[in-house]
Amino acid sequence: MKNFALLIKALDSTNKTTVKVQALTTYFRNASDVDKVWTIAILSHRRPPRPVNTTLLREWASELANIPLWLFEESYHIVGDLAETIALIIPATELSSDKSLTEYLQEMIALKKKSDEEKKNYLHENWKVLNYYERFVFTKLITGGFRIGVSQKLMTRALAKATEIDEDILAYKLMGKWDPNTITFQQLILEENESDFLSKPYPFYLAYAIEDEVEDLGDVTAWSAEHKWDGIRSQVILRNNELFVWSRGEELVTDKYPEFEKFIGTIPNGTVIDGEILPYPNNHIGTFNDLQTRIGRKTVSAALLKKVPVILKAYDLLEWEGKDIRQLPFKERRHILENLFKNVTEQNQSEVTERSRSEVTERSRSEVTEQNQSEVAERSRSEVTERSRSDIPLHLSETIYFTSWEDVAKERERAREMHSEGLMLKRKDSPYLVGRKKGDWWKWKVDPLTIDAVLTYAMRGHGRRSNLFTDYTFALWNDNDEGEKELVTFAKAYSGLTDAEFRKLDAWIKKNTLERFGPVRSVTPHHVFEIAFEGIALSKRHKSGIATRFPRMLRWRKDKNIHEANTLKDLKQLIPGKAQESKTQKKEQKSKESVEK
Amino acid sequence: MKTPLLQFTDKGIYCEKAKVYLDPWKPVDKAIISHGHADHSRYGHKHYITHHRNVPIISHRLGEINVAGKHWGEPFLINNVKFSLHPAGHIIGSSQIRVEHKGEVWVFTGDYKTENDGISTPYEPIKCHTFITECTFGLPAFTWTPQDVVLADINNWWAENRAEGKTSILFGYSLGKAQRLLKYLDTDIGEIYTHGAIENMTEVLRPLVDFPKTTLITRDTKKDQLLGNIVLAPPSAHGSTWIRKMVPYVTASASGWMTFRGARRRRAVDKGFVLSDHCDWSGLLSSIKETGAEKIICTHGYTDIFSRYLREQGYDARTEATQYGEEETEVALASKSTATV
Repeated sequence: MKNFALLIKALDSTNKTTVKVQALTTYFRNASDVDKVWTIAILSHRRPPRPVNTTLLREWASELANIPLWLFEESYHIVGDLAETIALIIPATELSSDKSLTEYLQEMIALKKKSDEEKKNYLHENWKVLNYYERFVFTKLITGGFRIGVSQKLMTRALAKATEIDEDILAYKLMGKWDPNTITFQQLILEENESDFLSKPYPFYLAYAIEDEVEDLGDVTAWSAEHKWDGIRSQVILRNNELFVWSRGEELVTDKYPEFEKFIGTIPNGTVIDGEILPYPNNHIGTFNDLQTRIGRKTVSAALLKKVPVILKAYDLLEWEGKDIRQLPFKERRHILENLFKNVTEQNQSEVTERSRSEVTERSRSEVTEQNQSEVAERSRSEVTERSRSDIPLHLSETIYFTSWEDVAKERERAREMHSEGLMLKRKDSPYLVGRKKGDWWKWKVDPLTIDAVLTYAMRGHGRRSNLFTDYTFALWNDNDEGEKELVTFAKAYSGLTDAEFRKLDAWIKKNTLERFGPVRSVTPHHVFEIAFEGIALSKRHKSGIATRFPRMLRWRKDKNIHEANTLKDLKQLIPGKAQESKTQKKEQKSKESVEK
Repeated sequence: MKTPLLQFTDKGIYCEKAKVYLDPWKPVDKAIISHGHADHSRYGHKHYITHHRNVPIISHRLGEINVAGKHWGEPFLINNVKFSLHPAGHIIGSSQIRVEHKGEVWVFTGDYKTENDGISTPYEPIKCHTFITECTFGLPAFTWTPQDVVLADINNWWAENRAEGKTSILFGYSLGKAQRLLKYLDTDIGEIYTHGAIENMTEVLRPLVDFPKTTLITRDTKKDQLLGNIVLAPPSAHGSTWIRKMVPYVTASASGWMTFRGARRRRAVDKGFVLSDHCDWSGLLSSIKETGAEKIICTHGYTDIFSRYLREQGYDARTEATQYGEEETEVALASKSTATV
């Protein structure tokens, strides 16, 4: 544990990537194999399940520190990190512990099944023998969420340096399902074992956003374009008659989307598809808000499955006939994918047609006259097409036809009506790379929607923003039942300002607090911000009746007073379809006016 | 109801009987000043009374002022109210202000710390009925490590940087923290360079304390001269072009705020040393106890939380709004860190 705590301390006390990689490399060179496996697991978010809930942790920590629970809570709000708060308030002792990281983790796994009394004793004993940083790391391991500015990519790079194994190969080995408690370093990193790879996804290739003019990408014919779908990026794997669905966060989500079980037997084994899970209520692509009802639920009710079914919008093929085809040009991978899609849907269609044809014959023989037999066949054929489409939840992310960058730009304008976030531009001859790399794939999002709103509540941030008020709630004007104007909360945002602006606002908030509710303060309505967001939909979960997607602060509108902020009505106009309505309304009104004139 | 001996007004802490203010934040006729930090000693009063070791500091900062210096414990009467100054241990010349009238004693701490830093006269607890205390670090999350340990860490850090051929840049307030650091930097490791703000203030204090030699960084200072040496700079210099010229360098900040990992990362310094000129949690609690006071008034810091805790411990504790602490806490948390954006 001492070495691991020193590693975390080293990673934590620098902002420089090179220094971080160096610290990790040195650690990987010297640590025991079991500790290495656990370190990799922790830094790739594979911690053992939390053995103690945080309520008990708080109680037991404040008990050991001999302070009232409320004081612990207040301290936590200010420190902004639970493990750090616990590490800070527990008094130091002269004792120390020589247990290894692996021993600690094994104890934590065993701890989960123990009684509360045993858990409390275990924590008290260990908090007492660890020094400040070890205590922090120990508690972090229990609470989870090890965010210390080390990405999996950075860790992989250091591991590559220490083991002299290629970084991309390591990234692949580290993906998928493996249990740090049973796997050895030999098996995980050093050995090559085909059967281990059954569930393994490929590292995702991520695109950068276009910053300059799209024309700078050069010859338009070298590029392929498609819509950038707003769902869950995922890989669907079919191997050995098994289905695995991975999300980009490297989470195995197969059980959450039972719709995809239909792929087994339909899509051949040895296939890996890269695509987007999208909500598909009423046979139309829904909003991210619809999908939200599915995310985070392990078991999905039949009602929800019916209300918000999902589809896979496929856009790339990474493995075909059991072979890794990521090195093939995008154009060729796409070609195979399109054929696969055609076969899957046609095969499905012919099966269904077969079935209904016999149904038809069945029926025709008993009750249908010669004459209307063809009508029935016609009808059932159209039913078949309908059904086949919804039967196999596989859709193709269509490539867009264009001959100039202007065409592409025009298509981008349609993004909102298509329920997409904009466009993806992919170089036709590009291989499928690992991670976020510049050059071959670009995302070209639509400009965000914006609205001017009033700052009404503030909360202290976390991590590097602890003790600063950086998490804000914004409100818009609305007429209440008495016909008075009041501010209605509609979104929370905590990004988009510079550090200097945050500091200014923090100082202002501390001086202009109206009321305190634990960590939250209401402030005098005074500041107006331009809030940008990607999407908008009606929502019952929100007080305002509207949900916005990824709201953030675009600008601090110091030039505006609160009465110049927008209204809830203005916001509702931004919902796709509504604008159209209002336009026609306006038109109608105009024509009315002109008639009156 | 009888008028309290000290009142909190919009100009500062006021003794009506003596018509004198303690650390006022608006211009007044007569002001007793606890110490030289800008939030306690402001510009524009007609008469200043302060400890004689603070006289050169505020004279340097405020220019031509009408100031009278007092010794520790030397009583002076103003309209029958007895005042005296007692060491607060915060920075050089920092005092607590004791006010006595008809047997009732109030003490105002200004800012203070219980640890003896070796350059400020060490804090002395003063018995009183009402204790007006700061609580900048009034949370159980703050526990200071003895300064010997922290200063040894700082010197080790400097030596390591020197071994790597880098310049060490250490941030601390130009009045107080900078001199405390300077006093203990190990000149066997290398030379000490200073930013102008720190050089000037140190120059003012050299007659009072024996400090190691420093060299002011000027336009003519060559980058190579600095390599392996240490630079003392105020927090506001962080991210400035002045610093960027010193590449390759490593930065560190010495402050109580460095307790928080978040503050450290926000400041984007490579290293944070927890070294404060204020009391930590247990320092606050023990000094309050030693005063024997029943009434406690918290002026700045985590006042609401701290006074609530004191009330639970049986004290008659409350909070009064002042304009102290702003400079220090905000500067500590904020400072210019354009490099982090």
